[in-house]
Amino acid sequence: MTTLADAWSWLTDAAHWAGDDGIGNRLLQHLVLTVVCLLVSCLIALPVALVLGHLGRGGALAVNISNVGRAVPTFAVLVLLLLTPVGRWGEGPTVVALVLFAVPPLLTNAYVGMREVDRSVVRAARGMGMTGRQLLLRVELPLALPMILTGVRLAAVQLVATATIAALAGGGGLGRIITAGFNLASTPMVVAGAILVAAFALVVEGVFEIAERLAPVWARGSR
Amino acid sequence: MTAPPNDCLARNEWICGAYLSSRRQILLDAVGQHLKLTVVSVVIALLVAVPLAVLARRRRWAAGPVLGVTTILYTIPSLAMFSLLLPLYGLSATLVVAGLVLYSLTLLVRNLLAGLRAVPEEIRQAARGLGYGPVRLLLTVEFPLALPAAMAGLRIATVSAVSLVTVGAIVGFGGLGNLIYAGMNTYFKAQVLTASVLCVAIAVLADLLLLGVQWLLTPWTRAARR
Repeated sequence: MTTLADAWSWLTDAAHWAGDDGIGNRLLQHLVLTVVCLLVSCLIALPVALVLGHLGRGGALAVNISNVGRAVPTFAVLVLLLLTPVGRWGEGPTVVALVLFAVPPLLTNAYVGMREVDRSVVRAARGMGMTGRQLLLRVELPLALPMILTGVRLAAVQLVATATIAALAGGGGLGRIITAGFNLASTPMVVAGAILVAAFALVVEGVFEIAERLAPVWARGSR
Repeated sequence: MTAPPNDCLARNEWICGAYLSSRRQILLDAVGQHLKLTVVSVVIALLVAVPLAVLARRRRWAAGPVLGVTTILYTIPSLAMFSLLLPLYGLSATLVVAGLVLYSLTLLVRNLLAGLRAVPEEIRQAARGLGYGPVRLLLTVEFPLALPAAMAGLRIATVSAVSLVTVGAIVGFGGLGNLIYAGMNTYFKAQVLTASVLCVAIAVLADLLLLGVQWLLTPWTRAARR
């Protein structure tokens, strides 16, 4: 219990919030990394998944890429990238690793969502004379939206976790408070950093939960 | 004075046979620690997950809290999880195991519960009609039918655990993660690549092994497909 009290006093000390290594700046870095990489991953993964799902091709790839992503350790990829030429441009390895790990859940969920659209609805739309593009944008996309959004949520949680591990390989973000705490052998600092990261992750998850509750009924995932 | 050696170690190449032969014992020890941490964590998680899933299935009120708590645990990033457990366990292997158990728990409970819920009601009623008590029903009817879903959860949990062990390097108990961490600090390319490849290989082999176990445990699914 004393550790928790120590962590609390570390957190509430104004001196720890200011400056480049301060909580404020780390929080901002974490947020920017997560949001920017989520947007980039969506721009890469979603068009590919929608087209593949529409055409019904590449299913094995789209589904298995998630399993492969799970087997490859985030930390190993970060360190490998750090030792390649990518490592020389600052946050380069972190951004590449974040995108690499956010793409699989997006791809898999969007693809599965597209394929799970009721085939009779698709046939009816075709019978009404819809072109491929109309079918994709007006029928399949809206019906697949709940699954796609579940994928975005999984990717966001994955991004927060990966951004934290990036601190082990010298990247920025809230994880740096934890690694700095370990280097200083300061348990209160480690625990304070961990509390911040956990709270950040839970807030991200909470935002998606609320967005899902506010969404119109047809866009809600069946969880 | 002798000239410095000009082998792949000295040139710091990614792929290096001399690294494999000269550091064999270090690699074997790291693989051993990696396997031990993974197996212990997954087995403990399984022992905790089964009663939780059964409880959530049998008592309606328990399902919400059990799923809610495990989902929250799963949302917390691994590095933060290990750090939060630091005051409880200190810098020890127990810390890494405890963190991994909490992660595996989520995946196992969710899949076990899904498997138990998917058992058709008619089958349960038929078994009750034959005079099966609740325990016999669970052990001889519900568990076997929930096995495919449970094994799917076990495979995901095991593969995730193999990859998460590497993060344990922060407290010095990360199996192959230790080698990656040390290799990063010394810019040792061969060590980082070798340890990473071994880590992925362990995950793939563990997945195939469990797939084989599932194949042996569920002969009826093969007969049905024929």
